[in-house]
Amino acid sequence: MDDVSKGYWSATLGLLGKILAIWFLVSFGAGILFADALNGIKLGGYPLGFWFAHQGSIYVFIALIFYYAKAMGDIDRRFDVHED
Amino acid sequence: MDLQTTIYLFVGASFALYIGIAIWARAGSTSEFYAAGGSVPPVMNGMATAADWMSAASFISMAGLIANMGYGGGLFLMGWTGGYVLLAMLLAPYLRKFGKFTVPQFIGDRFYSKSASTIAVVCLLTASLTYIIGQMTGVGVAFSRFLGVSSETGIYIGMAIVFAYAVFGGMKGITYTQVAQYCVLIAAYIVPAIFISLNLTGNPIPQLGLGGTMTGTDMSLLAKLDQVVVDLGFGKYTTTTAGSTLNMFVYTMSLMIGTAGLPHVIMRFFTVPTVAAARSSAGWALVFIALLYTTAPAVAAMAKLNLHATVNTAVIKGGDLYAPEASIKADERPDWMKRWEKTGLLKFEDKNGDGRIQYYNDKTKNADAKGKAEAAGWKGNELTVNADIIVLANPEIALLPNWVIALVAAGGLAAALSTAAGLLMAISAAVSHDLVKGVFAPNISEKNELLAGKISMAVAVIVAGYLGLNPPGFAAGTVALAFGIAASSLFPAIMMGIFSKKMNKEGAMAGMLAGLFVTLFYVFAHKGIFFIKGTDFVEMIGGANSFFGITPEAFGAIGALVNFIVAFAVDKVTKEPPEHIQHMVESVRIPRGSKLVDGAH
Repeated sequence: MDDVSKGYWSATLGLLGKILAIWFLVSFGAGILFADALNGIKLGGYPLGFWFAHQGSIYVFIALIFYYAKAMGDIDRRFDVHED
Repeated sequence: MDLQTTIYLFVGASFALYIGIAIWARAGSTSEFYAAGGSVPPVMNGMATAADWMSAASFISMAGLIANMGYGGGLFLMGWTGGYVLLAMLLAPYLRKFGKFTVPQFIGDRFYSKSASTIAVVCLLTASLTYIIGQMTGVGVAFSRFLGVSSETGIYIGMAIVFAYAVFGGMKGITYTQVAQYCVLIAAYIVPAIFISLNLTGNPIPQLGLGGTMTGTDMSLLAKLDQVVVDLGFGKYTTTTAGSTLNMFVYTMSLMIGTAGLPHVIMRFFTVPTVAAARSSAGWALVFIALLYTTAPAVAAMAKLNLHATVNTAVIKGGDLYAPEASIKADERPDWMKRWEKTGLLKFEDKNGDGRIQYYNDKTKNADAKGKAEAAGWKGNELTVNADIIVLANPEIALLPNWVIALVAAGGLAAALSTAAGLLMAISAAVSHDLVKGVFAPNISEKNELLAGKISMAVAVIVAGYLGLNPPGFAAGTVALAFGIAASSLFPAIMMGIFSKKMNKEGAMAGMLAGLFVTLFYVFAHKGIFFIKGTDFVEMIGGANSFFGITPEAFGAIGALVNFIVAFAVDKVTKEPPEHIQHMVESVRIPRGSKLVDGAH
């Protein structure tokens, strides 16, 4: 494996790690493990833990995918491996 | 115009539209048949993926399950959307770069082994068939209600239509039809939700209405619902979890991994033109899916509240839910209840002979509710509502106009049909392309390959129809099993194929078999071998949910874990993959040089 593809792959894995951490925190964290604690806080009529499980995590997922698509595009160009 | 005519009109018009599109977009080549020629733009592919994805289970069953489960139902919402994050980042772009038609083909090439590809076909068929059972059950429910026939006849009609429909245009026809089906189903889901949200909270956006205040009170809708259901002996809506926190965690994980591993969803990413398009396409798919998935919890909570309000007048007025005059008189019950009673999915039985309907939890552990029910002379719950009818009956429960009810009918059918078509496509591609062409008859002509595909579709429809008549659980419950299988076998194999350069064929095959076997063993122990009644052996494994209280639907994540562990263990003691395979993995990781998909071996 040459240096470019090594650098490209580690940049990719770094990005994946960051995004998966957020993915885990909003769903398994706020939506499940800490839901009871967060339910003490109210978001309008929503208890916050319930809101993350039924609404919030979905919104965050969408943002994550579009951020990923954009950031990956930047990494592709930085290492000059983008599609023509 | 009466309700039945309006329904025929809406359903008939939507069918005419789909068939028109299918004829217009007929496939001319195998590339168009399997991958729509690799030319579908990301936004449109996202919409088609959403329709493919949102099945009878999402449309018909999910909100009903959430209504029953409350907070715990969030596992469906998070599980079935969070998987797209995994799909977008871990699989889709790399599989698109690889550039072939099917998942077994990737596994066969990456693990340089026809046996690996054959195992993948077996996994794919098991997952897709289990999944399609859920669709057929859903189709049966929808047709039986809207055409006024029994659930069995509904399934037969559904089988005929799905079959005629799926052989039409291959992936290209299916993709463009699904775009239309998405529009129908999302309108059908959201329009009644807007009406109901306006009625209850004065806010037209259901996602905000659910967090809003009940009209005419200063109480939030969720607090009101919590109060009513707890008073009637049910679990508190906003906190009741699914079994245990551990089970909910594992169940959500299974659905996420399973979503990313389902072949009919993965296949959609072979139809986009570039690797970059595969990435953003997953995002668009999730946007379109989220429109329904963020509305579903509002539909669930509001339908539950409306249902209680229908049979108990004290829900809206306030006051004592257990007062004798609060329960409605049975012969004054609304027409929609009588209509659904005919299907057998809603039942009323006057247990205490007072001529009124009492709807409460008679098995409650809440001493307060129990005492009140006994004091009021209630002799058991008198109303049984099948969770599958909540969405279909929702506009009727809320007394919305006939055209809304007809629209929901068309939407439910669109959801079931679009997913069934996508699944049949995945099954037929696996059988005709991976088994017949890949293993048994490599020299088969293009024409005969398509014929083999159509025959395998026919067989799949019949098998699915039979199992749909003898289903192992609620529609969404059955579907969850398919996820377990996809999660435990396909997802780990594909992921290791991309992210581990050194993973060899022995490891991958052992992993897939171990994951599949463990999951099927646990599922069959609970539900019967191949879901045939009377063949379950749950006592042998120490009773139901004996593995840390995890339900069989939630077991896929454990199966996936077993898959990974076995694969890496076997990989350590066998020799590493050949040089050219490692180069192939390196090239799959890099977008440059992506080509149109093709099927050549």
